[in-house]
Amino acid sequence: MLTLKGLHKRYPDGFVALPSVDLEVPTGQLVALIGPSGAGKSTLIRCINRLVEPTSGSVKLGEQELTTLSRGELRRARRRIAMIFQDYALVDRLTVMENVLSGRLGYVSFWQSWMRRFPQADVDRAFELLETVGLKGLHDRRADALSGGQRQRVGIARALMQQPELLLVDEPTASLDPRTARQVMQLLGDLCKAHNLTAIINIHDVPLARAYTDRIVGLQAGNVVFDGKPQELTDAVLPEIYGGEDWNKDAESDQAAAPAEDDGVAA
Amino acid sequence: MSTAPPTTPPTAGAPRRWRRPPHIANPRTRWALYIGASLYLLWALSSVEVDVGRLFEGMTRARTFFAAALSPDFFTRWSDIRAGILESLTMTVVATVAGIALSVPLGLGAARNLASRPVYLVCRAILAGTRAFHEIILAIMLVAMFGFGPFAGVVTLVVSTIGFLGKLIAEDIEAIQWNAVEAVESAGASWLQRVVYAVLPQIMPRFIGLSLYRLDINFRESAVIGIVGAGGIGATLTTAFDRYEFEAVSAILILIITTVFIAEYIAGAIRRKVL
Amino acid sequence: MPVEQQGDTRIWRRRDRKAAWQHFGVTLAVAALVVFCAKIISDQTTWEFVGSAPMQGADLAMRMWPPQLGYIAELWGPVVDTIHIATLGTILGVMIASPLAFLAANNTTPSKVFVRPVALALLVTSRSVNSIIWALMLVVIFGPGMLSGIIAIALRSVGFCGKLLYEAIEEIDAHTVEAVSSTGASRLQVLTFGVIPQIAPAFAGISVYRWDINIREATVLGLVGAGGIGMALQGAIDTLAWSRVSVIFLVILATVVLSEWVSAKARAAVI
Ligand SMILES: Nc1ncnc2c1ncn2[C@@H]1O[C@H](COP(=O)(O)OP(=O)(O)O)[C@@H](O)[C@H]1O
Ligand SMILES: [Mg+2]
Repeated sequence: MLTLKGLHKRYPDGFVALPSVDLEVPTGQLVALIGPSGAGKSTLIRCINRLVEPTSGSVKLGEQELTTLSRGELRRARRRIAMIFQDYALVDRLTVMENVLSGRLGYVSFWQSWMRRFPQADVDRAFELLETVGLKGLHDRRADALSGGQRQRVGIARALMQQPELLLVDEPTASLDPRTARQVMQLLGDLCKAHNLTAIINIHDVPLARAYTDRIVGLQAGNVVFDGKPQELTDAVLPEIYGGEDWNKDAESDQAAAPAEDDGVAA
Repeated sequence: MSTAPPTTPPTAGAPRRWRRPPHIANPRTRWALYIGASLYLLWALSSVEVDVGRLFEGMTRARTFFAAALSPDFFTRWSDIRAGILESLTMTVVATVAGIALSVPLGLGAARNLASRPVYLVCRAILAGTRAFHEIILAIMLVAMFGFGPFAGVVTLVVSTIGFLGKLIAEDIEAIQWNAVEAVESAGASWLQRVVYAVLPQIMPRFIGLSLYRLDINFRESAVIGIVGAGGIGATLTTAFDRYEFEAVSAILILIITTVFIAEYIAGAIRRKVL
Repeated sequence: MPVEQQGDTRIWRRRDRKAAWQHFGVTLAVAALVVFCAKIISDQTTWEFVGSAPMQGADLAMRMWPPQLGYIAELWGPVVDTIHIATLGTILGVMIASPLAFLAANNTTPSKVFVRPVALALLVTSRSVNSIIWALMLVVIFGPGMLSGIIAIALRSVGFCGKLLYEAIEEIDAHTVEAVSSTGASRLQVLTFGVIPQIAPAFAGISVYRWDINIREATVLGLVGAGGIGMALQGAIDTLAWSRVSVIFLVILATVVLSEWVSAKARAAVI
């Protein structure tokens, strides 16, 4: 169970990205966070693992309050929270295997990580995960020699390597072609179900969010303006989230033009 | 895409080991390189003769040296220091401007995509020639030719500025976006017009940056070539060293470092404004 | 560089008449400065000497020719010493520069207020003082010989490598670093997994580049007594043995060309 209470973020330049967000995500739920660019989606999920320091408010994972943790405690808490990035954020010059194993950095000593001597159990798990995400045999390939879809799979494997309770996913499909985007969302959905993971996925792409998640939260200018089941997110409410009256017109013409309406939306 | 929970035991019986693949795949090459490097290092280290007695003596000198460094004396030799610094600065200005003026045509000529083959070869040869020798060696020769004083120093700095800037300008020109040149060419531009309208604008920001950087280098170099008689603060510095006036040495070094610091700051400001 | 399309002239002319006048004023000021400086230099120059320079040059060339080629045999030791000085000096310099670079880079420094300025000041100091001047000082302390040369090369290299290195560190991809730290990795682990792999090629390239420069520098350190072939050069010049000087020049040239070739190969190999 993840609980946000009165989460407030004000950037040093004075810009308030999140006025006050309250949100509860029960264990095992897959939540899509949608909203226009600049709505504060990234800020919100980064406040959870404190890549961005929240200004005030509370973030609780289970019983643990995250916002008040010291550096060392935060490191330990971060092991329970995995993150997946839009631009994959792999270390290009390391191999696929090293990237996946870097998910265990919170558990091994500095010396072990320096010598790349990870426990055999971790190595076994990494091999299995690579198979699961469909990258069997590519473990010695350098990360910069992979395609976008493959790179995102490495990112997913690295995240699962942490055996997290909570998965934070920031626009996993925005840099991928529509077909690969669907595959990646399918994979994420399946993995979350298989491991009973709580997950928050930031995503631009409304049809993908509808198809693969349990719940949709709409954010606009840092405020939650929609919270409900995917089927409740009708075209009528979309303008509320995305603003602008012309949304309906755009959406209609999109639907009229192409049945695979998710193709062009990734922005 | 399999979604089998990753907690199942490994498919193969034995655990799969993983080791980071070595940077050099061929083990023979790898070991040859390691052993070769170690042997070389041993050889090099063993050739350094350390005279413990001399070192011991040096420690007392080091102490006076550091004491002097902490109490710089700007005043006793102030008129010499002032004259030296000013001479260095004037040499720097003249040499940098003259060097830039000469390096631009040479750089254009040494760009493969712009110059004809014979011009290219001649310019490249000139540039290689100016870069062949260290400034100090150049200064020794030029002092022998022109006599002691700042003129030999200026010529030295001009030559090394040409070698530095000319080569970098040529490389920058070779890396420009060619379609801009073609666009201008298709509008009927002459060679010179192409250079002015499509080439120079592309290299200008970096060119300005490099010129400012060279200004800075020339000032520092002017402190060195004075050691062999080519004018500037370097002459004052060697004199101070020869007389064991370490307080004056310290003062001069502080002035050099401060000047470089200020120059770098100003250069940064100009670059930010121009770029 | 995307700005280039704009063109420098346009940037200056984009503004109104005031800016144009400013530009004119700056140009005039710079021209006046250059003329003024040239005048000072000219006043201190004995123009008769300059006039006779071609003759002096020809005279010198004649004394240098033919080079006393047999002398090469005595130069092997000094050349090898020169290479050793450059290599050991580079290694030592890089070893000092690396931690300094991490302390100086915006994104890895432990403290922007206290540590970073100190690291930057150390780098500037190292860079402002030429290796020959470092050598002048070190010869006083350690006595003449390779040791002074090695340390002089190292002290100068610290600033050069440190500056390029911290700039490379500041350019790394921040998301990758975030990704590694969001796994719960410690500071050191973030460095080794997130930062170092990204700067490794730059690091190798910078070291090789500096080694190449250092070979050049090491050839002249001997002029102030800090070992290497420069000592032989000093001796030959002091005794006016110009036919030996030309041999030394040839050997230096060969060494520099060789080092340039080696460094080009090495850089191609690491990138
Ligand atoms: N470091 C920062 N400093 C100031 N403002 C920022 C910073 N990062 C993001 N913002 C602002 O916060 C708002 C939300 O950004 P973000 O969370 O990235 O939105 P989203 O991920 O929904 O596109 C944007 O208006 C953005 O300009
Ligand atoms: Mg975002």
